[in-house]
This record gives sequence, C-alpha cells and structure tokens, in this order.
Amino acid sequence: MAGGTLELRRISASKSPAPGIRQMPTVTKYIDTTTCIGCKACEVACQEWNDLPAETTVQIGTYQTLPDMTANFWNLIRFAEYENGGLHWLMRKDQCMHCEDPGCLKACPAPSAIVQYMNGIVDFQQDHCIGCGYCITGCPFNIPKFHNKTKKVYKCTLCVDRVAVGLEPACIKACPTGCLQFGTKSQMVQLAHHRVEQLKNQGYSQATVYDPPGVGGTNVITVLAYGDRPDAYGLPRNPTIPLAVRLWKDVLQWLGNLSIVGGLIIAALHYLRFGPKAVKEEAQAAESGDEI
Amino acid sequence: MKSGRVKLPGQIERYTFSERVVHWIAGGGYVYLLLSGLAFFSSHFYWLASLLGGGLAARVWHPWVGLLFVIAVVWMHHIWRRDMRLTEADRAWSKALWHYIRNEDSNVPPAGRFNTGQKQFFWLMYFGGILLLVSGLILWFTEYVPWNWRAVRSFAVLVHVVVALLTVGGFIVHIYMGTLVVRGGWGAITQGTVSETWARAHHRLWWNEITGDATAKNDSLLLEPTDRTS
Ligand code: HEM
Ligand code: SF4
Repeated sequence: MAGGTLELRRISASKSPAPGIRQMPTVTKYIDTTTCIGCKACEVACQEWNDLPAETTVQIGTYQTLPDMTANFWNLIRFAEYENGGLHWLMRKDQCMHCEDPGCLKACPAPSAIVQYMNGIVDFQQDHCIGCGYCITGCPFNIPKFHNKTKKVYKCTLCVDRVAVGLEPACIKACPTGCLQFGTKSQMVQLAHHRVEQLKNQGYSQATVYDPPGVGGTNVITVLAYGDRPDAYGLPRNPTIPLAVRLWKDVLQWLGNLSIVGGLIIAALHYLRFGPKAVKEEAQAAESGDEI
Repeated sequence: MKSGRVKLPGQIERYTFSERVVHWIAGGGYVYLLLSGLAFFSSHFYWLASLLGGGLAARVWHPWVGLLFVIAVVWMHHIWRRDMRLTEADRAWSKALWHYIRNEDSNVPPAGRFNTGQKQFFWLMYFGGILLLVSGLILWFTEYVPWNWRAVRSFAVLVHVVVALLTVGGFIVHIYMGTLVVRGGWGAITQGTVSETWARAHHRLWWNEITGDATAKNDSLLLEPTDRTS
C-alpha cells in the first residue's frame, strides 16, 4: 500500500533506518467486543475503501462471513459461542494487529517488502515482495494471506493511505456503535482502561485490554469481557514471534554467515600453509621441464 | 559403462560420460540453490538474487532447481552407492585425517575409488538433499499448511536452514579439495580421465583393482612437507 510520505521505523531485511526528523505518535485502533453488534459495516467499508473484489460468502454455521480472512478480505468479524454459566455470543473484529515487534517483518527476507511506519503501522509493499511466505510463518496471529495469482501477500494496512492524510481508517468511519475508535496509542489505552473499569463495575470481573506484551504490544487493542479466556475469542493467550523464526534470525543467521566466511578463510590459509597434494614424479618431472 | 578402463597408455577413465553429466547437473543446480538460498537466508546476501534475475525469479525457480538437484543426487546414489559404502578400512582412514590434512600422505592408509572424505561428502549431500526436499516442500506450499499445524512450518524452516548450512560446509571443502588440493581431479570430472600415476598416488586400492596389480607397495607418491624442506 502507499504510505509514501511517512517516515519509516523498521524495514524488512534491513538495518533499522535512522530516527526520522518528523516524529509522530503511534496510532492505535480500539476495538470493544462488548459493544460490537456484528453488523459487518466495517467489513464492507474495508472492501470498498481498498477496492477489493467481493468474496463469495461461505456458510460455516454462524453469522461469520468467511471461515478466515483472505488475500482480498482483510477484516473479518469472528463469531463464537462461549458457555460460562449462560451462553454468550462473542464477536471480535479480526485483522492485522500491527504489532510493535512484528514477526512478519522479522521473518521477511526481501528488503522493504514489509515496513513499519513511524506511526506504528505495519504495511506490506507488494512491489518488493517475492512471495516466499515467510511472513506467514513469522506471524503469531495468522494474518498474512497469500494470493495465488499475484503470488504476493496481503493484509490490513490500517488504511495507511487515509491515516497519512489525517483521516481515520475506513472501518472506524463506518462503525455505527462507536465500538471502534482511532487515535494515539496513549489515548486508546486510556479509553480501553476506562471501559474495562465500567465492565468490572457491571460484574465482568475478568474484563481486560488485550495488548499482548510478547510482541511488544499491538497497535490494535481489544477490550474483552472475558479476559481470562482470550482463546474463546480466537486470540492466542501469549503471542510471541515463533521460536524458530527467532532462532533463525538471531542465531543461525550470524552463525551461518560467520561459518561461511570462516570456512573460506580456513581454506585459503590451508592452501597457503600446505598447498596442493603434488604427485612426486609429476612434480619432479615438472621441475626438470619434462611433459607428463 | 563402467569406469576404470585404460583408454590411452598411462590414462585411466575415472568418471564415465554419464557420471560426469549427473555430477554437473548436481553441481550446476547446487550453485543456483546456494546463490538463491543465501539471498533468502540473510539480508547480507540478498544482492546475490540480482545475479539470478531478482528475488521474485529466484523464489519461483529455487524449488524447481531443488527438485532437479535431488533427482540428480538420487541418480548419483544409484550409480555410486556401492563405491560410496563406508567400510572398516574407512575407520583407519578417518583416524589418519589429520595427516591427510597436513599432506603427510605416507601416514594415510590407501583409498579405494573414493576416499573416506569423499564418501562422507556424498552421504552428506544425499541425506541432506532428501531432508532439504522434504522441508522445502513445506516451505514451497507454506500457505496451504493449516494454522493448527503451524509447528510443522516452524520445524521445516529450522531443518531447511540447518541442513543447508551443513551442505554449504561440505561444498566449500569439496570444491577446494577437488580443484586446488587434489590436482587432476578437475580433469577427471570434466574430461573423465586421470593419469595412472594420479590413480596410484590418490586411490591406490582402486588402481590395484583396475590393473589387477595387487602389490600394494606402501611407498607414497605424494610430496610431503619433509620433501619440500629438504
Ligand atoms: C559446482 C561446483 C563443483 C565442483 C567444482 C566440483 C568438482 C569436483 C571434482 C573436481 C571432482 C573429482 C574429485 C576426484 O575424483 O578426485 C568431483 C567429484 C564429485 N562431486 Fe563434485 N563438484 C562440484 C559440485 C558438486 C555437488 C554440488 C555435489 C553434490 C552432490 C558434488 C558431488 C560430487 C561427488 C559425490 C563426487 C565424487 C567423489 C568426490 O570427489 O567427492 N559435486 N567434484
Ligand atoms: S511473502 Fe513477501 S512480505 Fe512475506 S516474507 Fe516473503 S517477501 Fe516478505
């Protein structure tokens, strides 16, 4: 997507860029699952603003539009039934969480295919993407979706093209109940804690803000009434960048590069110290000028 | 056609035409896999992808070339598996590895058609190739791995990286030994033939077998450090 005028904070397969001259606050999307009515206006607004082709709905026995997000469908209201004394109907807006420490960006081998803007938005740059799918492995939330025709990955951009010019994301604009809000991270965290207090006073003793520290916090924060059971909403309990990706990028990459360079140096030193295994007769013949 | 025929006086066929073809399919394939794989492995090597037409093209072709490489290695296994079998004699050779490294070849037991190091390199590439293929298939079709099976994806990444690095180590040694240390090896793998002296010096048991000359004299035909300084 296009966010061309924004400073960058992180770039895939590159050293972090120097801090930009233009500082800007981290932006955050606030989702309150307790006031969502499941109307799906946000789904439609997302499709419209991003000009995505319609996906045929798939009936999976709930009010959910599709079983999962797709390369052309970046915003999905997930429905779940949760029994806890009575039957509760949980609705959660699912999309890219815009992690502070994004696993997709860490895993990506293509320079600039994934960037994190100074305002915290994590965005795929399809023109640099090589379609390897490593971001799918790196993501703890199952977000990047591969498009079979373009061989590239797609996901929510947090409407960076709108945010860059001072507008709020399309989903926020469309939400009729106000369960979606948009602002700076500190504003949204404050709002979320306020809402959690209200819920606690109403008897939802486990209410929390889902802003998982394992990925440095997310720039999409979610208020959950049953905060002890994020899994009931389809959220991982303690998401982190997969261990394999951390091992690969933090350990094996250095070990591998050093061993390759070291191996070449050792070979060169060996050659200088011991040289070839020359056959005696041939070596002697060569010295005396005879052809073999 | 079996190798080991005496073609010209003083010349022995070390690799038949088909052996050389399969070797260079594997060799050419591996070089491509190495360059493209390193580009995916580390940002320090991403520039290598531009030698191959860019990252996008490298991502498309890497798996197909990998398939070709493994087919070549399996074919190699078919034609060389008997020559590559590790035997009791290889144990003694392994013990003398340090002497071999230091070019003190009179202390190294005679080798058959392939010495222990060559055999080990072959098996590294054979089993490595199979592991790379299996893990590579998962990475090839990452997007089809269901979310609940994501551990498989993580595991495949690790296996692919670790095994690939091991083969790179073997590959560096192989090229270095084949081209710079054991002079005459290059001629063997390109033209097919080696001199009788070369065969006697580097692969005496093989030479005995070909010529039917079982008088495996234990004199070394290779220059030793002591020969140089004297
Ligand atoms: C592309 C760079 C390569 C070069 C320059 C190269 C060179 C050589 C040379 C000179 C020999 C003859 C050694 C001798 O008989 O003394 C040889 C043999 C051989 N090559 Fe390669 N090779 C390359 C790649 C590979 C690859 C990727 C494989 C992986 C399967 C491979 C497998 C073998 C095997 C199994 C032999 C027979 C035994 C041995 O020398 O280890 N080669 N190669
Ligand atoms: S699929 Fe594209 S965005 Fe994802 S890791 Fe690969 S190059 Fe990066």
